[in-house]
Amino acid sequence: MDSKPTSFATTGRSRKGEPFVWLTAAGLTMGVVLTLGLLGLVVTKGIQTFWPDRIQVFEIDTGAGTEKVAGYVVQERERRDPQGVDHEEIQIFRGNRELFGEKFAFFDRASIRSQEIPEDILLVERMEGGHVIARAGKILRADGTEVPANDPGFATSLDELIEKTDTKREELRRIEKIEIGRNAREVKELRSLERFEGSTPETQARLATLNEEFLKLDAERNLVRQALAGDVLLLDAVDGREIRIEAGELLHIFRPNQAGVIGRTGEMLRRVWHFLASDPREANTEGGVYPAIFGTVVMTLVMSLFVTPFGVVAAIYLREYAKQGPLVRAVRISVNNLAGVPSIVFGVFGLAFFIYFLGGVVDSWFFPRSEEPVFKSGGVLWASLTLALLTVPVVIVATEEALAAVPRGVREAALACGASKWQAIQRVVLPASLPGILTGVILAMARGAGEVAPLMLVGVVKSAPDLPIDGEAPFIHAERQFMHLGFHIYDLGFQSPDSEAAKPMVFATTLLLITIVVVMNLAAIIIRNRLRKKYATSSF
Amino acid sequence: MPREDFIAVDHFSFFYGAKQALFDIHMDIPERQVTALIGPSGCGKSTLLRNMNRMNDLIDGVRHAGDIRLNGSSLYDPKIEVISLRKRVGMVFQKYNPFAKTIYENVVFSLRVAGRNGRRELDEVVERSLRSAALWEEVKDRLHESAFGLSGGQQQRLCIARAIANQPEILLMDEPCAALDPTATLKIESLIRDLKEQFTIVIVTHNMEQATRCSDRTAFLYMGRLIEYGSTRQIFETPRQEETEAYISGRFS
Ligand SMILES: Nc1ncnc2c1ncn2[C@@H]1O[C@H](COP(=O)(O)OP(=O)(O)OP(=O)(O)O)[C@@H](O)[C@H]1O
Ligand SMILES: [Mg+2]
Repeated sequence: MDSKPTSFATTGRSRKGEPFVWLTAAGLTMGVVLTLGLLGLVVTKGIQTFWPDRIQVFEIDTGAGTEKVAGYVVQERERRDPQGVDHEEIQIFRGNRELFGEKFAFFDRASIRSQEIPEDILLVERMEGGHVIARAGKILRADGTEVPANDPGFATSLDELIEKTDTKREELRRIEKIEIGRNAREVKELRSLERFEGSTPETQARLATLNEEFLKLDAERNLVRQALAGDVLLLDAVDGREIRIEAGELLHIFRPNQAGVIGRTGEMLRRVWHFLASDPREANTEGGVYPAIFGTVVMTLVMSLFVTPFGVVAAIYLREYAKQGPLVRAVRISVNNLAGVPSIVFGVFGLAFFIYFLGGVVDSWFFPRSEEPVFKSGGVLWASLTLALLTVPVVIVATEEALAAVPRGVREAALACGASKWQAIQRVVLPASLPGILTGVILAMARGAGEVAPLMLVGVVKSAPDLPIDGEAPFIHAERQFMHLGFHIYDLGFQSPDSEAAKPMVFATTLLLITIVVVMNLAAIIIRNRLRKKYATSSF
Repeated sequence: MPREDFIAVDHFSFFYGAKQALFDIHMDIPERQVTALIGPSGCGKSTLLRNMNRMNDLIDGVRHAGDIRLNGSSLYDPKIEVISLRKRVGMVFQKYNPFAKTIYENVVFSLRVAGRNGRRELDEVVERSLRSAALWEEVKDRLHESAFGLSGGQQQRLCIARAIANQPEILLMDEPCAALDPTATLKIESLIRDLKEQFTIVIVTHNMEQATRCSDRTAFLYMGRLIEYGSTRQIFETPRQEETEAYISGRFS
């Protein structure tokens, strides 16, 4: 006897669901594509910002002759002129703001006569005025000697010059920021003391010594300044004009057309580092974003410190203690809807309640003598609290779910061991729901770190002189205003005079903000997974 | 002299809201013996057991009539604190439910919540309880690892160790072997026989052999009523009620 192989139905009910499967798959694909597209754009643009392009020299027909332009191509576009003729245009970054007024210029492709990549072009970064693209001219030293570009020792002299300015500038910064700053603060404190308690021989004597100290520091400062001022670097722009840079202005010189892949990679890494670790310059369009990174991280961490206990405690009450009824349901719905309130409203609330009210109270109790408001103005503390308020629904909802997911048997076991209700919650239920709570905190952090609108009202500024945490007692300055990457993006992209020039910085800063959020989330996720391993819920 | 009415269930009725789950149960459970509660699903075994440490208090809208006395004193005496009562009555649940803690911390939980934190005492309790639960040899080298690393049978024995750590007088077990394989079940049964030297044990079970193997007394419940209660041998060999006979012989519909 032979047996027939079992046959399975190939059509019929099992297939009915498929169109819906496709629909869900399509939805997911769409989301993934959009997200990846956005990320891809930000990542490529952000990285492009740092990659040193070759500098080209174009010969351009102006109608009345030819003109030489050096720079690198930023983008290409098509333009239709009033006569209806199409033009292919390229946008060139050509720097040299003092010569052209703008750093970027458009040229018609048709008007380009020739283009080349000469080896000897320099890209010079300086303190003010943006980049310079030119050939080396000569170094004029303070002592009257000069080193022309064709001198064999020119390159080493240039390096020496930059090294010297670097050390001098560092010295100047130390004197101004640290020593003169400390002096000024003490003077201010003494003055305020004198105003309230009258001047005494001691205060007068102290003020006199401080003044003496200041004069000494001032003299020292002037000396360094003079040393910085003496030397000059002369450069020849490709159109024949001369550019003069005081040595004190020089930051960095790079020869993009000579460097190989390694040299350019090195330059890129230097730029990335410079971007991450230095202060912004020139209304934020140049330099780095270190204070904004610092501000963002500090604010987000302080926010999590506030939002976690607050949200968890609220959720415990709602889920474990409150009698479940219409009132609790109403509270729960309100909490959930809080997440839908426009964030600027939270900013207004933070300004009114935290800054004007709470800050005013704190100032009148603890700083009655201060002339300027201390806490009654935006600061990192109030900003964190405002964001904590904004994100607390996320934590509450996540915590409630986590608490609800703890099996009833575990609670009963705790109670059967003679634990009180609070002991059961604290010792058994909370540890078991910790991973879920952390998920909520992670979401809250991601939301809070990317929020900008409310922060503008409660303490974020375009540029803050000091970090909220530094080496100066009492080390943590909760009242200080701070910089924030999200606001920095807004400021660069929409508030700076030359938004075209700021575009690369916008992308780079966006990339950085996303990276920071991802890094903070990853850290939290790693902690959560550790906990999960430790407290893995038992299953059969 | 062990007491015959160590747990005295005195005309006890119990309601979940409008639904009455127990009808006038009256039985005496003797000290240091194993009493088995059997009966079809939904007949009220768990309800009765969970009333012996007032675990059902947690549910909204419950109500009772009659009384249960432990060693002569009423459970529902308003002067009695539920927490102190639960310290005298340990409980083991059908589904093993260790805490998200180390093995060590699981065992000493009942001492910790009672505020007893002395290192020496805790160490002793851990060893004694785990030995009583026949688990010591298997876990003594990993006391400070997560309890979730144990097998199901080990986790259930850990729960037993946890329930007896604070030296209760009574041990309530609600189908302790339901989630276990035959080997683990046999281990726990022999454990139950050992534990009755120290504790009064009430066990709910669906397994007739288990009831015959490890209990001294058996109570048969049906639809919230106590149908028959007597020595295990009598119930299984010469049941007096028809329903009992039908149930134990598996002819129950
Ligand atoms: N929390 C509750 N709310 C309302 N009714 C309940 C509740 N718990 C149990 N009951 C009802 O009480 C009756 C007895 O339930 P119980 O859990 O005591 O049965 P059981 O004998 O333990 O059953 P099983 O063998 O299936 O565990 C059942 O009819 C059940 O539906
Ligand atoms: Mg049951």
